[in-house]
Amino acid sequence: MSTVFIALQANEETRPIIEAIQLDNPQAVVERQPAMVKINAPGRLIVRKATIEEQIGRAYDLQELQINLITLSGNVDEDDEALTLHWNA
Amino acid sequence: MPIDLRMVTIEPQRQTFDHLAHRFGDKPASRYQEGSYDIQAAENLHYLPTWDPDQKLYDTSITRIVMEDWYALKDPRQFYYSTYTLTRARQQETAEANFSFVETRGLADMLPDDLRATALRVLVPLRHAAWGANQHNSFICGYGYGVTLTQACMYHAMDNLGIAQYLSRLGLLLGDAEALDTAKDAWLHDAAWQPLRRYVEDCLVLRDPMELFVAQNVALDGLLYPLVYERIVDNDLSVRGGSAVAMLTQFMSDWFDETRKWTDAVLKTAAAESESNRAVLQEWIRAWSGRAASALLPVAAFALGAQAGEALEEQVAAFKLRAEKAGVAI
Amino acid sequence: METKVAKKKLGLKDRYKLLTRDLGWEPSYHTKDEVFPYVKYEGIKIHDWEKWEDPFRLTMDAYWKYQAEKERKFYAIIDAHTQNNGHLNLTDARYLSALKLFLQAISPGEYAAGKGFARVGREFGGVGTQVACQMQALDEIRHAQTQIHAMSNYNRYYNGFHSFADQRDRMWYTSVPRSFFDDAMSAGPFEFMIAIGFSFEYVLTNLLFVPFMSGAAYNGDMATVTFGFSAQSDEARHMTLGLECIKFMLEQDPANTPIVQAWIDKWFWRGFRVLGLVSAMMDYMLPKRVMSWREAWNIYGVENGGALFTDLARYGIRIPKHWDDAEKAVDHMSHQFMLALYQWNFGTCFHTWIPPEPDMEWLSSKYPNTFDKYYRPRWEHLKKLAKEGKPFKNFGLAKLCQTCQLPIIFTEPDDPTMSCHREVDYKGNKYHFCSDGCQHIFENEPEKYVQAWLPMPALFQEPLKGDLGAWMNWTSLIDGKDNGDYVGSQDERNFQQWRGLATTNT
Repeated sequence: MSTVFIALQANEETRPIIEAIQLDNPQAVVERQPAMVKINAPGRLIVRKATIEEQIGRAYDLQELQINLITLSGNVDEDDEALTLHWNA
Repeated sequence: MPIDLRMVTIEPQRQTFDHLAHRFGDKPASRYQEGSYDIQAAENLHYLPTWDPDQKLYDTSITRIVMEDWYALKDPRQFYYSTYTLTRARQQETAEANFSFVETRGLADMLPDDLRATALRVLVPLRHAAWGANQHNSFICGYGYGVTLTQACMYHAMDNLGIAQYLSRLGLLLGDAEALDTAKDAWLHDAAWQPLRRYVEDCLVLRDPMELFVAQNVALDGLLYPLVYERIVDNDLSVRGGSAVAMLTQFMSDWFDETRKWTDAVLKTAAAESESNRAVLQEWIRAWSGRAASALLPVAAFALGAQAGEALEEQVAAFKLRAEKAGVAI
Repeated sequence: METKVAKKKLGLKDRYKLLTRDLGWEPSYHTKDEVFPYVKYEGIKIHDWEKWEDPFRLTMDAYWKYQAEKERKFYAIIDAHTQNNGHLNLTDARYLSALKLFLQAISPGEYAAGKGFARVGREFGGVGTQVACQMQALDEIRHAQTQIHAMSNYNRYYNGFHSFADQRDRMWYTSVPRSFFDDAMSAGPFEFMIAIGFSFEYVLTNLLFVPFMSGAAYNGDMATVTFGFSAQSDEARHMTLGLECIKFMLEQDPANTPIVQAWIDKWFWRGFRVLGLVSAMMDYMLPKRVMSWREAWNIYGVENGGALFTDLARYGIRIPKHWDDAEKAVDHMSHQFMLALYQWNFGTCFHTWIPPEPDMEWLSSKYPNTFDKYYRPRWEHLKKLAKEGKPFKNFGLAKLCQTCQLPIIFTEPDDPTMSCHREVDYKGNKYHFCSDGCQHIFENEPEKYVQAWLPMPALFQEPLKGDLGAWMNWTSLIDGKDNGDYVGSQDERNFQQWRGLATTNT
């Protein structure tokens, strides 16, 4: 199965987001590189607004991800509740 | 070993990049200068466009305006991406607070019905005109020459889109999704909107970037913004108890106040360059502002009724004064 | 007062639709062909622009808000970097060669891409597509500017940065990316999208920004890391736009597939050649390295590119035509590039050097099948010559590839000992190519590529007539300061002296 990934800048703001992604995607593998954290997952990865909100204790708009996003891979589907990355094959 | 680098005093080898030293002398350049001057490819262009082999990839001859140095058309606001974005981010915070104030206090529901109807009727179809303005400024950025002018046009294009989106939100707040449909139908079919729509569509087939600049940013905006946002919304509607509407259009009023300084500066510099430029600008402004005035008359009448003609004449007179100050008497 | 009935809150997708694509209308005073004159001539058939899927649904207010936050962070770091002599935190000043190359060769491309996106942001026939392209146009202006701003302070202290504007238009190696962006901009709107939006952004920019910028962090260059990652956060939007655009074209009409495939073939190879510059930056110019070009290629080229093409297979799209040649070249290209740059370093506005022994060790561990066998002996030979006081300089005129504009420095895909050189006769003239990929690109559009401005022949024409000194003046390259070996350069001396001031009391 093809790998999807999302990479975020390594900083205080992204720490809880990365934890939330790990919670929602037990199959994901977190790679820590200089100044950057890259999260790989087979076929599919979901970033859920609700899980992030639980981690940070405040309301979170998924579009805030833009600020610390470095790169991603896969087809993107975004609505109010979640951002999903997936490959069809 | 921790190093306190601040304590090291070292002499710079040079103050700025060569092309800026050449223009402004060897002194530290501003970020506006660094991000604007001479960053567009200037020579040894490789291929002719397949979409129009009669022009070059960057071509000064696609407009009738002639400039010795296109970078002379600078932006008095000195906007580069960062200053532009920070300015608009602050303004959007205010706009957001205004929208939320109107919404949470139920001010939209408290508007008298006739005022609400007028606001919807005048303002919401203008989102399509703002979209047209976005198209024209994207065009000028894409095909115009020299970054001082073209980057400002891209900022302007995105502002036009932002305004179209604020007008849409106004429609959703004072009415609902149907208010947007009604407005679009009016834009497409209501006789009162057709001269303006025709104006915008005629601009969509103009391919001289500077004429487009005049038609949209100088002539149409120069009449539309003061007429609609100052005269109709801020004066007329507010006096009649519709200041909630003025809160929703504050962005547009502030925006016009700011951006007219830029359009005036471009006009003034281009006109001062040569008599032939001045003559071309005069011809364009005369033709387009005349058309813009007659296209706006039926729109103004929605709000001002019989006083629309007089209100428009005042704006035309003020516009003439403004053009004259920029060096183009009409 | 009556109880206020709360309005039904619109979801992100519905709201975005009303706030963007609903802004457009069918023109009636002019035909669509008049309003959008360039959308048909490339042969791409679009039946319904409404089928376009918006990638990220940013309205302008959100765009301003989030981008402003990125900008605040970026300039805070740049200001601190300038005020605190952050350049003295670098592992070594030889690293700056990578930045010089970046500013001369890549940043102007960012600007050009912005110009191109402003054009297609007007020329496409659907509002959703137009808005996404316009945002990218705006972002690209940002990237050009943040890069210039990040490097502005380096320019005050080090050579090689000062004349990037002249070098963009006149330098032989910048002609490679310049011709790439000129090629894309002179194409129609759909091909432009495949060139920049898909091939460059989706397939290739990860290779440029992600491992290289991680490398910048490793080498103490916070200014570059910041612009790199900050720019890349926009790229995430751009890549998604590129992918959505290609899916849109493929879904609209099966007749589009062969056209799109030909563009993918062309632009993959065009982009791969440009990125050759990056391979040398990664393998040779970073004093401390995070990963090799080969490792980065495995992650972002093989794995990620592979996933992408597997995904697109359902539309009948196959892997780009010269993909296998690329794979074969990956273990060779950075060495071939750096050897070429070294032997022509009198004509580069950055320094090169013979890799010191620890670097050679690293290269041999990362390229176990190629480095010791083919490239270490060449470096050793060059080292011997330099030691004898007669460093090798190649003053001969290199043949340039008519398509990618690189000197013909590569080897046959299946024989690393054979120089790869192709020739085509076209209308009585002979044209040279570095590879099958570049030859095929030429053969598909010879009338375009015969127009290419080739920098080497220009050196021998009026007004330069082969005068190297006059050429250096013309390119604003200062002989003895900007060019040549790093060892013994003014940059090296200054950096060491300034670091000395910072670390000692004398």
